[in-house]
Amino acid sequence: METRDPKHGKLWLWLDERIGLKEIEKLARKKEVPVHRHTAWYYFGGMTLFLFMIQVATGILLLLYYRPSAGEAYESIQFLMTEVQFGWLVRSIHAWSANLMIFAMFIHLFSAFFMKAYRSPRELTWISGGGLLGLALAFGFTGYLLPWNELAFFATRVGTEIPGVVPVAGPFLRRLLRGGEDVTGATLTRFYGIHVAILPAIVTIVLGLHLFLVQKHGMSRPPSAEAGDSAKRSMPFFPNFLLRDLVGWLCALGVLAALAAYYPTELGKKADAFQPAPIGIKPEWYFMAMFQTLKLLPGHILGIEGELLGVLGFGVIGLLLVVVPFIDKRTAPGPLRRFSTVFGIILIFYLVLLTYLGYTMSPTK
Amino acid sequence: MAKDVEFPARDESRRKFLNWFLGTTTGAFIFSVLYPVSRYLIPPKVEESTARTVTLPVKPQEVKPNSGQIFRFGSQPAILINTPAGELKAFSAVCTHLACIVQYRSDINHIWCACHNGHFDLNGKNIEGPPPKPLEEYAVNVRGDQVVVSKRG
Repeated sequence: METRDPKHGKLWLWLDERIGLKEIEKLARKKEVPVHRHTAWYYFGGMTLFLFMIQVATGILLLLYYRPSAGEAYESIQFLMTEVQFGWLVRSIHAWSANLMIFAMFIHLFSAFFMKAYRSPRELTWISGGGLLGLALAFGFTGYLLPWNELAFFATRVGTEIPGVVPVAGPFLRRLLRGGEDVTGATLTRFYGIHVAILPAIVTIVLGLHLFLVQKHGMSRPPSAEAGDSAKRSMPFFPNFLLRDLVGWLCALGVLAALAAYYPTELGKKADAFQPAPIGIKPEWYFMAMFQTLKLLPGHILGIEGELLGVLGFGVIGLLLVVVPFIDKRTAPGPLRRFSTVFGIILIFYLVLLTYLGYTMSPTK
Repeated sequence: MAKDVEFPARDESRRKFLNWFLGTTTGAFIFSVLYPVSRYLIPPKVEESTARTVTLPVKPQEVKPNSGQIFRFGSQPAILINTPAGELKAFSAVCTHLACIVQYRSDINHIWCACHNGHFDLNGKNIEGPPPKPLEEYAVNVRGDQVVVSKRG
């Protein structure tokens, strides 16, 4: 017995019987997005996801030409950039989209932070988000080496030396990361495997968890919109919020296309393990604050090696970000609740200042 | 609906044993997978270059005063410097801070690391910036037309 459904066609009904479209539709209709003066910040999560999808697509395209060995990596990208039609564009989009994705991610992180979206029951949403940031930075770090150029080579030498300063396990970790004692072709192959297989597999799981939790708990209302009339205002996710989200994606795509076309990514000189580090060498902007910190720390502070202290400092900041939902609870006393806001402001100030210094201080003085 | 059956104590201990057996088997299985994988991930030790002496592919008169150049010392980079006083010196070129490769700055007569702005003097001593230790110095001998660099000690 077939019932006529004026809203849906035959195909929809056929599919519904098999995969249950009705439930999905019901779920989509149920989802509401809070409306308040900070609603705009909600768009950065979706924007990060959009840029991630671009990364997956362009990454797959790059795989078709890239060769992961010290003898061929640089040449294969040179070929891609000069011979392959639109090869330069695909690589440029991949590199720029990575930067924009991490930028959108930082905004998403800090907006969630200041809106206190991490509070119960969303602790795991926050922690999985922190994990995703770590994974994105790992993507950035491993991908940076793949062109096998001078900058990449030294960035990787320094970057893999950093875990090496950790007491006891350091040298082992360094060897594990490098696939040997030094940064060589073995490191390149290893980073390639991490970049295109291991990290994507882990991200699929963590991102799946993150998105599931966002669906389960809905978007969080900031404390300022928890009471009074504003506690009730919301808009349907589908289609109202989704359409607005798409406008955000379109803006991101516009910025991305302009950057990729007008500032195409360069390739630089091929890596040479027997050349000095080039003057003015810098990491990507999202590692700049860490880089500048290591540059400014003296050799020894109170008898401890400066770099070790720096690395421990980064670890403590990361740990504080992870545990913040357990410190700043709804029921916690006032000073503890304010702690997170103060910590966030200091952290942003520090990151911006050190990044600014990194770009403006003379490289030779 | 079937009524709950009360098991005698003997069966409870059988259940305990089966749970223990299942648990340890699962544990042993996971271990037998993880152990080879973790060993696989650790790169095998490659024979380190034991070179203690290297003859450079340059003649002593080719190295200009107040200049430096990188050369291979085994598998590692090293730097040969002709000081403003005309003395040949050699050091490991791996910065003691975070392992970048150093260079000679003729404008300030320092060995310098571009990565984090570390300075060393012409004895390899760390004098400014983040490097915590001096560079390892090698002995330089000029034998006729050849520059021979060797490890000390």
